[in-house]
Amino acid sequence: MEQPGLWGRVQRRFEGSANSVFIWPAILMVLFLSIFPLIISLYLAFSRLKFVPGGFEIKFVGLANFRKLLVGTEKNHFLGKTSHPSLLGWLLFVLFVGLLLLFLLRYIRGSEFSIGGLIFRGVIVAVLTLFAWLVIQTLSPGGRPGTMVITWVYVFVGIAIQYTLGLGLALLVTQPLPGRRFFRVVFLLPMMITPVGVAYMFRMMTDTDKGPLQPIWQAMGLGLYSWVTDPWGARSAVMIGDIWQWTPFMFIVLLAALEAQSIEQREAALVDGANRWQILRNITMPQIFPVSLTLVLIRMIEAFKIVDLPNVLTNGGPGTATESLTLHSWISWRTLDIGGSAAIAYSLLLVVTFFGIAYVNILRTRVAE
Amino acid sequence: MKTKLGLSLSLLVLLSLIMSACVAAPPPQVQVVKETVEVIKEVQVPAEPDAKPYEGVEINILTFTGPQIAEPLQRRGPDFAELTGAQVNVVVVPFSDLYQKILTDVATGTDSFDAWVFAPQWMVDFIVPGYVEDLTEKIANDPDLEWDDVAPFFRNFSASYQGSIYTIPLDGDFHMGYYRTDLIDEPPTTWDEYLAIAAEFHGQDLNGDGDPDYGSCISKKRGAQAYWFIYDIAASMIQSQGTSQGTFFDTETMEPLVKNEAFAKALEINMATTEFGPPDELNLDVGDTRSLFTSGRCALSLDWGDIGTLAIDPDTSVVQDKTGAMILPGSTEVLDRETGKLVPCDDETCPYAIDGVNHAPFAAFGGWSGGINAAADDLVKAAAYDFFSYMAQPAQANVDVTIGLTGFNPYRTSQFLNRKGWVEAGMSPQAAADYLGAIEGSLASPNMVLDLRIPQNQRYQQVVLDQAVSQFMAGEITAEEAMEQIYVGWEEITEELDREDQLKAYTGTLGAE
Repeated sequence: MEQPGLWGRVQRRFEGSANSVFIWPAILMVLFLSIFPLIISLYLAFSRLKFVPGGFEIKFVGLANFRKLLVGTEKNHFLGKTSHPSLLGWLLFVLFVGLLLLFLLRYIRGSEFSIGGLIFRGVIVAVLTLFAWLVIQTLSPGGRPGTMVITWVYVFVGIAIQYTLGLGLALLVTQPLPGRRFFRVVFLLPMMITPVGVAYMFRMMTDTDKGPLQPIWQAMGLGLYSWVTDPWGARSAVMIGDIWQWTPFMFIVLLAALEAQSIEQREAALVDGANRWQILRNITMPQIFPVSLTLVLIRMIEAFKIVDLPNVLTNGGPGTATESLTLHSWISWRTLDIGGSAAIAYSLLLVVTFFGIAYVNILRTRVAE
Repeated sequence: MKTKLGLSLSLLVLLSLIMSACVAAPPPQVQVVKETVEVIKEVQVPAEPDAKPYEGVEINILTFTGPQIAEPLQRRGPDFAELTGAQVNVVVVPFSDLYQKILTDVATGTDSFDAWVFAPQWMVDFIVPGYVEDLTEKIANDPDLEWDDVAPFFRNFSASYQGSIYTIPLDGDFHMGYYRTDLIDEPPTTWDEYLAIAAEFHGQDLNGDGDPDYGSCISKKRGAQAYWFIYDIAASMIQSQGTSQGTFFDTETMEPLVKNEAFAKALEINMATTEFGPPDELNLDVGDTRSLFTSGRCALSLDWGDIGTLAIDPDTSVVQDKTGAMILPGSTEVLDRETGKLVPCDDETCPYAIDGVNHAPFAAFGGWSGGINAAADDLVKAAAYDFFSYMAQPAQANVDVTIGLTGFNPYRTSQFLNRKGWVEAGMSPQAAADYLGAIEGSLASPNMVLDLRIPQNQRYQQVVLDQAVSQFMAGEITAEEAMEQIYVGWEEITEELDREDQLKAYTGTLGAE
């Protein structure tokens, strides 16, 4: 066999590396846009900004910003004020921990068991138990949730309601009802409005004194009640706005999933005499479960970043009742506590990553089943 | 014959006149005068009327989302362009973003803005790193500005730092009280009286629309400009020995004066006013409370000078000639700083008391002022200076301060002395006397409270104070917890920035060195 000449070897070498040459610009762009800011903000989380003659200096302060959040002056703001749980609180905590232990037990008994996997899941269970304890303690009478727990309330309560409503609406428009095409479009409209627009709209609607719904509030005897002065009223207003905006997203994806499911199983079930509830529970839900899993994950990642609604609607008030983690970070940033702001943002990143991993790991086995 | 003789004589006279006119004048005597001229200052030669010295120059000015403050800049910009050729672009951001927007722009060297209309309280954070232009010399050479006519407080506090002038005041800010003259004969002089009057009118229909209205309207929204109002109340109990005593910190130790009976009572009074306010008072900013007052829905309110001029606008106000202004209510008890307890007013504890009541009028904020970015081009800086000077010159300023929409309040001595402008703007002579008297009385008070102006005061007030007070008002924390939170938060910032430096800055602003 004839050996290629020098030129041939060079040519072959170039051809071999051509793929990577083409992909490098994209990789560099990703590095520049994602990794670089991530590294810079990590450095900022360990530093403090100071203005000095001629400009500013960024002083490295180690873990000071995180210490301030977790045990220092910002602890009550970030983690909240804890209190002894009520009986209901204890019951909920025990129930939650029981479910986590069940998950662990199922893994131990399962076919995929490994020591590494057990340690990994054990860490997830331990951290989730700690988080649950924080939630129970800060939501108990005498306690006060910090921005961390308020964000979790927005995320988990909001998404649960959004999913339920979205699924209900999707099931409704799959029925042969008159005008369902029209409603498919109408249900999507809230998603098209910017979150700031939604926030201003809800600001008007929750105003019992001069908003467009004022006659209704008056008639209901709520003329002298203010949603946004009461902590849970304000949180509810934020959540209703968020639910109103994002239920359509759930609706449209679940509708697609429902329409894509195979019809044969349902027909067979109908022939066997199954009722609608049995079909929904045993056939439809398992079929749309993988889509639901991804859908909730996407919404969860997005919902952790909620900022527009509480910012416009209440400025995080009354007190700090509606302040989310992102808003907390934003408020620190706009007062040029750049290090504190970056520390909050990194805490949020860690929490979102943790919940994402935990969620996928706990539920992935069910998809595989 | 006679006619011929006369004609000949006339011709002769005329000829002799023409001859004498045509004779060349004797050459002038040339004198050489030697004179030495010493140039002692740069003289600005006024431009020809048609010449536009700043033709093609653009000035980007950053201020807060109006319409207040931005409105007069936007309105007067085209007039200034007509005069000088410079185009004025006004960029606005929400109040809560303004501080960081300016600082990040200059600190990163982006320098998108050539000038800012901002809170003079923040000035020190801009001066130390060298971001803001020193205007001392320019102002000294600007007779049109009539600098001496600017009230001393605004010249010294709002414009100057360590002997140099950095901003041109465009607005004078003082907190004061407002009351409905058709409902209330005697305005409250103490906070207890304020609460009593608020309680009396709360729930009554005050504007005749059939709906129950409110006794008191005070802005309490978090993240807005509400955190100044707690000091309207607290200062009357904390400061009684004159301006240099200070309200925020001990002038010897820099210890926050927030863990004491006076601050606790101020929190209690602030909370009590909520009972007589609109249901969503905790979510109202100053714009909301102003419109509530001018729409006749409140018997009492606290504000800067804005309600006074907004009340005369026939388009929005139903309380024209029904709005009285008053110096902030005071207290008959003041803080004993040794014990942290409240003690009754007497000649020693309240030397400036009026009828036994200690008033401590609060110069909250200090008035919007124009500063210039030191990094801007020289021509742009000159144009920006001339624009601020133009805005502040009496011809413009005296009109703007009488328009409610501008958000500008009086700050020139002549504006207090000449009430004609106010009456022409729509105030009754009595209302003008009331309004200007309340500001003038506050300005003249030897116990006036200067707002906090130390490095990073924005963190002390807009972060720590604002959060603790709003959490207390929302019922999230007790008064003791709120005081502890402010104390610990302020101490942390002081420690971080160096206690000695902060103390020096604080006593320096108070003139207590």
